[in-house]
Amino acid sequence: MTTSTMPARTSPVTTFSVATELRRQASRPRTRIALAFMLALPLIILGAFEFGGGDGDDDGGGGGAFSSLVDVATAGGANFALFTILVSSSFLLVVVFALFFGDTIASEASWGSLRYLLAIPVPRARLLGVKATVSVIYAALALVLLVGTALLAGTLRYGWNPLRSTIADQLSAGEALGRVSAATGYIGLTLLVVGALAFLLSVSTDAPLGAVGGAVLLQIVSSILDQIEALGAIRDYLPTHYNDAWIGLLSTPVQVDTMVRGAISALLYSALFFGLAFWRFLRKDIVS
Amino acid sequence: MPIRLPRLRVTRRRVVSGSVIVVAVAALITWAAWPAPRTFTTTEETLTVFSGPRGDEPVNLDTTLYLPKSASAATPVPAILLAHGFGGTKRSVAEDAADFAGRGYAVLTWTARGFGLSGGQIHLDSPDYEVRDAQRLIDWLAARPDIVKDRGDPKVAAVGGSYGGALALMLAAQDSRVDAIVPMITWNDLARSFLPESSGGGPAEGVFKKQWAGLFFGGGGLGIGGDGPLPPQGLPATLPEGLPPNLMEMLASLDPACGRFAKDVCAAYHDVATTGRASDATIALLRRSSPAQTLNKIKAPTLLIQGQADSLFPLSEAEANFRGIAANGTPVRMDWFTGGHDGGQGPRSDRDRLRYLTITWLDYYLQGKGEKPDAGFTFSRVTGFDADTRRITTSGFSTDIFPGSADVPEARTVTVDGPPQRIASPPDGNPAAITTLPGTGSGSFSSFLAGVSLEIPGQHADFYSEPLPTNLDVVGTPTIKIRAASPTGEAVLFVKLYDYDPDAGSNLPFGLAAPVRLTGLPSSIDEAQPVTVTLPTIAHRFEAGHRLRLTVATSDQAYTTPVAPATYVVGLPASGAAVTLPQLPGSPITNPDVIWRYVLAAVAAAIVFGVIVALVVARLRRRRNAVSVVEEFADTPLVVRGLRKVYGDGFVAVSTVDFTVERGQVVGMLGPNGAGKTTTLRVLLGMTQATKGEILVFGHHLKPGADVLTRLGALVEGPGFLPHVTGLHNLKLYWRSTGRPEAEARLEEALEIAGLGDAIHRKVRKYSHGMKQRLAIAQAMLGMPELLVLDEPTDGLDPPQIAEMRKVLRAYATDGRAVLVSSHLLAEVEQTCTHVVVMHKGEVVADGPVEDVVGDSPISLFDVSDVPAASAVLGQLSGIRSIAPDGRNGLVVDLDGTSRTDAVAALVRAGVGVDRVVPRRRLEDAFLTLVGGDSTEPESAHKLAEVGGER
Repeated sequence: MTTSTMPARTSPVTTFSVATELRRQASRPRTRIALAFMLALPLIILGAFEFGGGDGDDDGGGGGAFSSLVDVATAGGANFALFTILVSSSFLLVVVFALFFGDTIASEASWGSLRYLLAIPVPRARLLGVKATVSVIYAALALVLLVGTALLAGTLRYGWNPLRSTIADQLSAGEALGRVSAATGYIGLTLLVVGALAFLLSVSTDAPLGAVGGAVLLQIVSSILDQIEALGAIRDYLPTHYNDAWIGLLSTPVQVDTMVRGAISALLYSALFFGLAFWRFLRKDIVS
Repeated sequence: MPIRLPRLRVTRRRVVSGSVIVVAVAALITWAAWPAPRTFTTTEETLTVFSGPRGDEPVNLDTTLYLPKSASAATPVPAILLAHGFGGTKRSVAEDAADFAGRGYAVLTWTARGFGLSGGQIHLDSPDYEVRDAQRLIDWLAARPDIVKDRGDPKVAAVGGSYGGALALMLAAQDSRVDAIVPMITWNDLARSFLPESSGGGPAEGVFKKQWAGLFFGGGGLGIGGDGPLPPQGLPATLPEGLPPNLMEMLASLDPACGRFAKDVCAAYHDVATTGRASDATIALLRRSSPAQTLNKIKAPTLLIQGQADSLFPLSEAEANFRGIAANGTPVRMDWFTGGHDGGQGPRSDRDRLRYLTITWLDYYLQGKGEKPDAGFTFSRVTGFDADTRRITTSGFSTDIFPGSADVPEARTVTVDGPPQRIASPPDGNPAAITTLPGTGSGSFSSFLAGVSLEIPGQHADFYSEPLPTNLDVVGTPTIKIRAASPTGEAVLFVKLYDYDPDAGSNLPFGLAAPVRLTGLPSSIDEAQPVTVTLPTIAHRFEAGHRLRLTVATSDQAYTTPVAPATYVVGLPASGAAVTLPQLPGSPITNPDVIWRYVLAAVAAAIVFGVIVALVVARLRRRRNAVSVVEEFADTPLVVRGLRKVYGDGFVAVSTVDFTVERGQVVGMLGPNGAGKTTTLRVLLGMTQATKGEILVFGHHLKPGADVLTRLGALVEGPGFLPHVTGLHNLKLYWRSTGRPEAEARLEEALEIAGLGDAIHRKVRKYSHGMKQRLAIAQAMLGMPELLVLDEPTDGLDPPQIAEMRKVLRAYATDGRAVLVSSHLLAEVEQTCTHVVVMHKGEVVADGPVEDVVGDSPISLFDVSDVPAASAVLGQLSGIRSIAPDGRNGLVVDLDGTSRTDAVAALVRAGVGVDRVVPRRRLEDAFLTLVGGDSTEPESAHKLAEVGGER
């Protein structure tokens, strides 16, 4: 007995491609606004430096490597880009990553479109895989846009100068570009942990805000715990513990050991959270 | 249905998974926090030893023996005498002691005399006192059966830092039983350390290092020990056991001016601190306490470790020790690290290196284990910040040559230049330049990098070099020639070599300065003769582009300078001045952290591997599922067999459901809210897993995401669209998501059915409920799937649209297609469907063709002009089973056998006007009872069951 009137469609069809999801997400105002803000932020910072007037050197101290980056933020394009990374990596980029990863499934669930995707049928693993890939692409795009704009705007305004730092010697502009790229990559990797956590929350809730907010909240809690020195070695296991390790890229020669440990930590946490997200979603009853 | 509040049910699965997580987390925390099991025992004991010049003065020493558990007379172990630094106690070295003990050494720590709970007075590592005390401790070890001995000579090493380091050196010189020593950050000549002079003068000419000396003297003051068990101020009511019984009287009787220092040591300090110059007696006393005197007797292999950040005992002290010991032909090795009395323990990479060197040294020379340590030299250089700990990081370098040896490559010279400058020496040395901050060095290195060094304007002369063309790695002791003129004929100057970064300013490597006391100076700079100044030994890289800055200053907070103010002129030799900068190429030491890079690679590889495996497994599983077809039903759109669904919270939504949808049928799923219709559809669409039973779509077992769902279009639980794009764009995006060719979508037909007109180009957010509903139906019909599943399709539609929809659905089920419609509206199902499945409380209570289920009924509803008259007329007819009034003009009559024609004729004949006669259907009866009545009442279900049984 065979199917008669209709073309038989038993062979697996590749449903729901990354390109489709990219297009779906691109149509969302949220995506556009987030990406536009990545372009705007460096310009806002630049404006603040320009119109803020006086270079009041009120270095409160205690910031160590950080205050030193502030002092030389306007030394050149690379310095400006690093400063932009510095000020945005601790919170803004966390929110952006949490948004791109945490909103993706939960918003479909809240619109009711998730069940239609599953009924197409998009296999759940594929749906999740495509969603995760697209989130990675957009999050990476946001990061690159931010750094790229900062680099461009900073270079146009302050010039293509060597990278200066008060903790190490200056680096030629070309070398600095490599360091900035490496720092961007490392920050992307550490933020992937936030993204993975938001993704896990996203498959667990119908409320996009809950997923995004939850991931940001846990990130903040982890950062707070990391400040408590009494916790000792336990802090090494906090997901945010190595987030500032990219500062090591500014020294001569490059200090990558902490970054390597940070990368291990980030990979393990990301794998854990993504794994849990898949494990949960593949077994979940979709009732929204 | 009552609203169900979510409640946590304790299911077995939850208990198991919850327990696993709790146990895993607890295990992780325990593993991280649990101390490693100790492999040694500790014994605290107060030993009374006899020392002093004649060896007859008893003193109580507070000791702790760390003994590996493996140690016994049968398996004796080698021993380490571990001495603490000045101002500490045996507890200061407890961590190191535990480390050595863990490696199989018996470790004897003791509080040196004059400190903590030990008795006696501080004699500053005097050969007659402290050193002799240590000899007596070796005697004590030699008497123990569990210590390795070679004909009565115990295998013993002496290890210690600073005060303990000098003790180790002097002990090894004085007692040949010592088999190896590791003196760290210690002195060669105590007189020179406190009274340095860098232009060749002896301690008599030295500039007094008053801050360090004060700290030293304070460390041996009235308290009974820096970190002893007793608080520095006052004593608790009850004293720990093992204290000398006369301790309290002893403390009370201390001279407040000298504390626990021996009289001669105290007098020496007073002497030098008062005048800033040392008398011969003081110098003699300090020399007596210096290893320099007895280095030629040291036969024990010596590992010298000295700190680069040490303004108290600079690297040159270790160099002097090295040369002295090497001259005996004794194996000796020197290593530098980025720490010391100013820099603390140094960064982790340095600590690891030193630990490794120490262990291999002791293992070889005490136990003959491992390779013979080579006679190389390692040092480290500050390379930047560690982002993790906010401390500096260093890179280690190793080389075969030692600074000062003949093999060292020729030193580079860099010319500095500048005119002679007048500089003022302030009265009493105040204000003073700040280079180091003695006593703050607890590993906080940032002061060296942030350029804490402070020069007072008018009190220093600077001479700069040209920018360096290449990086300049200096390892060793730079020298420079300067000239000076003074009206008094004398000048105390501090010569420093800054690293000048045009961008970041000046940085004085480790805050080290070379003090000089020049005498016999002319009053005019023109007559001044060049003097060679030996600058502090450093390991530092001057980067290309930086300049050398030679600074000559008149004051330094850490030193005693002349009380009387004076103005000097300093300049460089007329022939120009070159800084001689020794170099020592070293090869970088492989950082042990490199192992993490392999771990990283392994983690990344494991993740990639895991993803690939998951992909392959998923693909295989999918392929297997795709081929499992039940041939019998391969042409049946839908077969539901024994379906049961229990939700996670225990709610039974569907208990048993069986039905079939054949090609060409429009099947209505009818039931009140909560009957299980939606749940059945959820399982059908793969959104939830059935607890039991199965669903076959064209013979394929339905699992979430099964490919056969391609042949099915659906509207379940209302529309779901992206609100921010237009209706048309939504349909296109949806179709794109299916991955099928656009031509198959038959978009035009679907749009026609939706009938949204121009509204299709508006954003879905602005749609009414009915518009969304129609769009959702159109979406379900995209591609004209063989089975169309619609959940409450007429929800939100107006009557003409409902009528249109009925036609559409009936037309759809031609060409072998089938439609499954769920509804809670009887009329809907009756008018649209060919077949009906009636559900209630999760069970199918009736199914079959609509005509069968909704058969003609003997019960009719009569609307008449006169109800009592009509009742009477009908009552007389034969075969009427029952008559009941219904409303003002209505009568419900069970005609049983009588035809409606006869009944109407009888009424008309009797003059009763008949407005309307409507047959009342059985399904409607039953269904209305069900929906209108208490649906929990078993009877209503029973009634429906009866109806169903009649088909």
